[in-house]
Amino acid sequence: MKVEILLFGRLTEIFGVTHLLLADVADTDAVRNRLEEQFPALKQVKYQVAADQLIIHGNKQLTDGMTVALMPPFSGG
Amino acid sequence: MNIKGEERYQRQILLRDFGLSGQQKLFNAKVLVIGAGGLGCPVLQYLAAAGIGTLGIVDNDVVELSNLHRQILYTVADVGLSKATCAAERLRKFNPDITVITYPVQLTNQNAVSILNEFDIIIDGSDNFPTRYMINDACVLLNKPLIYGALSESEGQVAVFNVADPAGVKVNYRDIFPAAPKPGEVLNCSEAGVLGVLPGIIGTMQANEAIKLISGTGETLINQLMIYNLYTSQTYKVKLSPAGLTSANLPADLEAFEKMDYNWFCGIKQVTGEVKEMSPAEFGRVMHEESFTIIDVREPGELPVASGFDHIRLPLSELRKEIPPVKGNKVILFCHSGIRSIIAGELFLEAYPDKEFYSLKGGVLRLNLQTNEREEA
Repeated sequence: MKVEILLFGRLTEIFGVTHLLLADVADTDAVRNRLEEQFPALKQVKYQVAADQLIIHGNKQLTDGMTVALMPPFSGG
Repeated sequence: MNIKGEERYQRQILLRDFGLSGQQKLFNAKVLVIGAGGLGCPVLQYLAAAGIGTLGIVDNDVVELSNLHRQILYTVADVGLSKATCAAERLRKFNPDITVITYPVQLTNQNAVSILNEFDIIIDGSDNFPTRYMINDACVLLNKPLIYGALSESEGQVAVFNVADPAGVKVNYRDIFPAAPKPGEVLNCSEAGVLGVLPGIIGTMQANEAIKLISGTGETLINQLMIYNLYTSQTYKVKLSPAGLTSANLPADLEAFEKMDYNWFCGIKQVTGEVKEMSPAEFGRVMHEESFTIIDVREPGELPVASGFDHIRLPLSELRKEIPPVKGNKVILFCHSGIRSIIAGELFLEAYPDKEFYSLKGGVLRLNLQTNEREEA
C-alpha cells in the first residue's frame, strides 16, 4: 500500500522535495510518526494534514493511492 | 442609490451573472482591507476600480524602497510617507466616486472592534501571525465574512472564512491552525524573499473572492483553502470543516477578546516581550561584568567560536526540551545572527519571568572575534 505525500511552504525545505511516496502507513498518524522519525526537524514545526483534499482533525485511515498533504501556516503579506 | 458613471462599469455590468444589480451591490458594500502592503495593494486597486462603494484601509507603516517591487500602488516619491494615506490618494484618483477611509494606526484588540464594525467584509492582507489570529477572532465574534490571504516565499493561501455554506456550516482560521505557532515553530521567522507577482496574484484572488461574495456571482472559496504555487502554477484546494475543539482557543466574547494577548513573538518585528536587544557596543561594555551571565545558544560545531569573554553553551535545540537553572539575574543570549537568541530568550522568560534576558543584536557575526579557530568537539 502506498500513499503520496504532498509538501507545502517551507516544509519542502525540510524534505528537499515537494512530494514523496510512503509505503505501509495505515493512517495519518502513522504518516506523521514515520516522517517525523525520518525528518526530526518536522517535529519542531506546526502543520495541518489533509487526506484526499479533506482537512483531517485527529486521525484518519488511509487506503492505497490516497494523497496526504502537509500544510504549514503562512504569515506573509 | 444611483451608480455614478454607469459607463465606467459597463464591461462588468454586461456580464450575464453580474449585471446592474451586481454593480449596485458592489456600490453598497463596505470593505475593510487590513494591510496596504503586497496583498493589500492589488486588493485595493481592483476593488476601487470595480466600484466598491466604501473602502477602509488599515496600515500604520510607511512606504520603503524595498516595498516597491510588489506594492504597486506606491511610487519612489512615496518613500517615507504613510501607506494608508498614499494608497487612499491614489485610489481616489482611480475612482472619485467611491469613499476611502484611512486608519493609519496599528490594529490592536483595543481598536479592532470599533474599526471592523464599520464594514461588511474584512480582507486580511496582514503580514504576521498575531494580527492574523486577532483579525480571525474579531471576525468570528462580530460575525463578519473574512477573506484570508497569506504568503510563504513561492506559495500563497486564500480562503473565505465565517460565511455559511448551503448546509449552514462555517469555518474560521482556527479550524485549520487552532493555535498560533510558538517561538521556533515556524521554520524561519526572518524576512523572506518573495517575487512581486505572488502577492499580486494572491491579492487579486482575494479581490475576486470579495467581488463574487458581494455580487453573488460564481462560486467562492467558502470552507475551502486554496494553495497556489508560483513556480509550478499549480493550485491545490482543501475542503475545510469545523475542528470542534478549536473554539477553546477563541475568546468567548468581545470582553475576553480585548483581554487576549495577541502580542506574542512570531517574527523579528514582533519582538515585544521582555527580551531586550543589546547592541554589540553595549555588549562590549558589559561582557566582563560578573552580574551578567552570557550564553551561546548555537548548536555544537557552529563557527565562529566565541572567545574573549566567559560564557556557557546551551544549544537552542536543548532549550526547547528543557530550560535549565541559570545563575544571576541578567542573562545575555547570543547566536549566529540574533534571531535564535530572541527565541531562546522567550523560552527562558517563560521559565524565569523575574530575570532580565538580553539578545545580542546581530549575533556573533557583529562581534570582532578570532574567527579562524576550528571547533574542537
